[in-house]
Amino acid sequence: MNDRPVYIVDGTRTPFLKARGKPGPFTPVDLAVQCGRPLLTRQPFARDAFDLVILGCVNVIADEMNPARVAALRLGMGAAMKAFTVQINCGSGMQSIDTAYRYIRDGGHDMILAGGAEALSHAPLVLRQEAVEWYAQMATAKGALDTASQLTGLRPEFFKPVLGLERGLTDPITDLNMGQTAEILAHRFDISREQADAYAVESHRRLARAQEEGWLADEVMSAFDRDGNHYDHDDGVRPDSDMDGLAKLKPVFEKPHGKVTAGNASQITDGASWVIVASERAVEEHGLTPIARIVDSEWSALDPSVMGLGPVLCSTAITERQKLVRDDIDLWEVNEAFAAQVLACLAAWNDENFCKEVLNLSGAFGEIDRDALNIDGGAVSLGHPVGTSGNRIVLHLANALKRKGAKRGIATECIGGGQGGAMLLEAVA
Amino acid sequence: MTGPVLNHLGETWLQLGPARSAGRDKTWRAARDDRDVLWLALDVPETGVNTISRDVLEGLDQQLDTIAQTPPKAVVIRSAKTGGFAAGADIGMFRELHDPGDVESMLTRGHAVLDRLEALDCPTVCVVHGQALGGGFEIALACDWIIAVDGASFGFPEVNLGLHPGLGGTFRLPDRIDPVEAMTHMLTGKTAHTDKARSLGIADTVVEERHVEAAIRAAIAGELKQEGPSLTDRAMSLSTARSYAARKMRAKAQDRAPEAHYPAPYALINLWQTHGDDKKAMQRGEITSFAELVTSETSRNLVRVFFLQQALKEDSHGKDSIARVHVLGAGTMGGEIAAWCALKGKNVTLSDPDTEALGHTIRRAAAICREQHLSGTETRDALDRLMPDPGQLGVPKADLIIEAAPEDAEIKGKIYAEVEPKMKSTATLATNTSSLSVTALSEGLKRPKRFAGLHFFNPVSKMQLVEVVNHEGTYATVTDQLAAFCGTIGRLPARVRDYPGYLVNRALTPYLLEAIQLIEEGHDKQVIDSAAERFGMPMGPVELADQVGLDICLHVGESLSAGLDKPMPDIPDWLGEMVENGNTGKKSGQGFYEWKDGKAQKGDAPDTSDTGDITDRLMLPMLDACVECLRQDVARDMDQVDGAMIFATGFAPFRGGPMHYAKWRGPDEIVARLEELADAHGARFRPDPHWKDLP
Repeated sequence: MNDRPVYIVDGTRTPFLKARGKPGPFTPVDLAVQCGRPLLTRQPFARDAFDLVILGCVNVIADEMNPARVAALRLGMGAAMKAFTVQINCGSGMQSIDTAYRYIRDGGHDMILAGGAEALSHAPLVLRQEAVEWYAQMATAKGALDTASQLTGLRPEFFKPVLGLERGLTDPITDLNMGQTAEILAHRFDISREQADAYAVESHRRLARAQEEGWLADEVMSAFDRDGNHYDHDDGVRPDSDMDGLAKLKPVFEKPHGKVTAGNASQITDGASWVIVASERAVEEHGLTPIARIVDSEWSALDPSVMGLGPVLCSTAITERQKLVRDDIDLWEVNEAFAAQVLACLAAWNDENFCKEVLNLSGAFGEIDRDALNIDGGAVSLGHPVGTSGNRIVLHLANALKRKGAKRGIATECIGGGQGGAMLLEAVA
Repeated sequence: MTGPVLNHLGETWLQLGPARSAGRDKTWRAARDDRDVLWLALDVPETGVNTISRDVLEGLDQQLDTIAQTPPKAVVIRSAKTGGFAAGADIGMFRELHDPGDVESMLTRGHAVLDRLEALDCPTVCVVHGQALGGGFEIALACDWIIAVDGASFGFPEVNLGLHPGLGGTFRLPDRIDPVEAMTHMLTGKTAHTDKARSLGIADTVVEERHVEAAIRAAIAGELKQEGPSLTDRAMSLSTARSYAARKMRAKAQDRAPEAHYPAPYALINLWQTHGDDKKAMQRGEITSFAELVTSETSRNLVRVFFLQQALKEDSHGKDSIARVHVLGAGTMGGEIAAWCALKGKNVTLSDPDTEALGHTIRRAAAICREQHLSGTETRDALDRLMPDPGQLGVPKADLIIEAAPEDAEIKGKIYAEVEPKMKSTATLATNTSSLSVTALSEGLKRPKRFAGLHFFNPVSKMQLVEVVNHEGTYATVTDQLAAFCGTIGRLPARVRDYPGYLVNRALTPYLLEAIQLIEEGHDKQVIDSAAERFGMPMGPVELADQVGLDICLHVGESLSAGLDKPMPDIPDWLGEMVENGNTGKKSGQGFYEWKDGKAQKGDAPDTSDTGDITDRLMLPMLDACVECLRQDVARDMDQVDGAMIFATGFAPFRGGPMHYAKWRGPDEIVARLEELADAHGARFRPDPHWKDLP
């Protein structure tokens, strides 16, 4: 097997835009175009210099089948640009980078544009199955009598649509909502409501600080809609978020006793992100300056009802393979699906029995320093456009390593359905 | 975007049946297929676009002779040119016609040919791809069936040349579709695009090129449906109904163009009102009326305007090699320039320190796409090509950078100092300044030879002219490139040299300032405006000043007064005060007029029975400034001046342009009149010495 070095050269994303009860201004591909244009414009090479475009997207809308290809064409990358879309639920945006990484490492490709795009505010209203069947029968009814008799089968509840998003965030095997899986972890790892809320407050504080300090300036590109509005920051951030305010919120998934609230869960948002993945040859040919090298990646799978522990499994698999210990990892991006879920991951890593029995370690992996974890906020404050988040955390990890002058970092996310994905990056000296 | 596969497959061939390989007899290729259908393909030699000339009609007449001897099963008529069916009558032909009698006899022969075509016993099918305008459309209307290939359009633009249709259109279109719709199309010169043509009933069916043969077969077999006469059709056979409709049409026409200046629409309305129920009488009336119109001064001048436009277009030939444009400044002008370039296929980045302004531009761009009838996907693509670029990422990639920053030499200088080092060494820098000296702006630049003026007019999406302004050092290749650029974005370049106000503003400023002077003297603003409108200007100077913005007028006025030998009308102090108080005109809602919903609020029509010197005081200094520009070699020649003034300011087209009007009225008379005005009102009217040298 070939084993060529693979680099992250650059990347941009849109601001993450909180869904506000109606379809937002952008479709998934619109979002991909909004942040892709400035990214491609600031490169020294032509737009058709890529070998491939890969885009993660979970909720593909009907007008944009294979959004990767639609985005590539709309970005002016040329008719000959190959493009495909990947979907592994919440890991899709990282899956695109991982696929690019493996293609380039193996020598078949030199430069790939890998992204994620999601417009959760556009998730469709879905007709009830009974209603669909009724429509189908109406359409095939022959003659007035037949039609009339079909009409009598019409029932009012047919017109009560189902939120596609709600179904999408429910695991079909266990019929548990994602929030419920977080409730399970909070219970099993003894995470309190206060701990989860405190985590959320800190997430908002960190994002607000990063926005204020301009640490996201190269990463977040303003988006402009047709009505003349512009969006220049992640608008779910609440810098004034505090414990008192969060304490007032009621649990959303398991009423009335649950711990997971809208305040300590990730937000429903729209957003897209792109990363340019390149071989050494491409870096030299185009005179590029890589931000980080992709060293390794791993995917793991586990019981769907505790999907939130996915990061623990796949990240540890990487550190074991690379013979690294906790202290070798300077920065962590663990996607904040739920505050309680991130805290459960930390608890698992710090639990000797869990590490011995599940991870086959000789002892506890150890406590991950909060100052090394999600240093500029996460999905609780930013939001979690599911197909995009995995891309964002890799991009942001690369940028954060550079800013902090740190050496190694892991970006990892839990994946609805019971999986986890992780990627190890190393700063380029 | 065309890849190697589509390139290899090449253009979609037109389905021409056996006529494809038939020899050309004058302008037609004719052949019968194995089902005895006669294919007539119009293929006028030595041109890419068919125009309907005497040759075309005589050729068709010969084909009809053959048809009469050996009748085919059906006749198919279409164009062999990939570009379209026919662009209308050969306009050059009109320039040689002087005697209405000659025109009548020529038209009568043409009509006889189309009457013969219409009277054929066998089915006749016309297939139209691209445009079928004027005479081309009239040939189609003489056929039983019209098949439109998707993308086809139909129209009678004659009205723009001071004419109405002359080859049967005035009675065949109202006969084929709703007569009121037919009249509207002929009166406005509007084109009916494919879907509209189908819904109006102009086209009987719409197909893709690949289905043309099948559609022809269906038409011949009588499988296509044709709508019978509608309720309106029957109603309009009554003269009372026509009188009522005609009255409404006249009122509408009056809004657009007064009868005194543009007689054609009124002639058409009269014709229809009188003879709308009698085809033969309409035909005789059309011929007589057309012959009168085509030999009139108005029509001759409008035909002249068409040729002036062609001449300006000629200047834009060649490749611009500009794929990427960066616009600096998202104000009204910068934003519209950026939007227009993107709409016309350029990749555009647009920067401005004010992000709100960038957002506003995107909204404006979406509105322009709607105004230009772009489809959903075309709009999406245009907007994808227009990238708001607060970080100026586009500068190093741009082939052309257009600066549209505030009119302040110092600000512009700072911007150039920041941007020029980031530009490609081969890129061109252009300024959209309307009043600053291009020469002076070039002085601090590292590559002044790649710098020129590119002066658009407001609104960019409507005003066709762009002044390409060179300073002494500008490379000729750069002005060539900018002129070609204008061509690729559908604009007409006027190449002029740097001079205070260049050509257009030099000529327009005295017109605006004189109006302000007249107000100062106590004249009513509406009287001033209507004097100019009666001359034929699309908008009076007071309203125009409001529209341009009084701040800009003030700035241009002061800048020109300082830069020219000839005195300008004094600018009263109160104009500065109006600007300071924010009453800058249309954009603020209040200038000389109050503005609501983009319209100046005017009171009752003023008494304009005696406007005295006003018209000459407004118009003659404009003509004098044009002469000065000719003397100073700012403009190339009188035709260029006329074209530029018409397409930048809307200068009364039926007068053929300011210099054409001057010649018509007589330079000696104008000089004498200017001397008179100078004695009465001041030296600013003293005529330019170059008047006596005019050809």
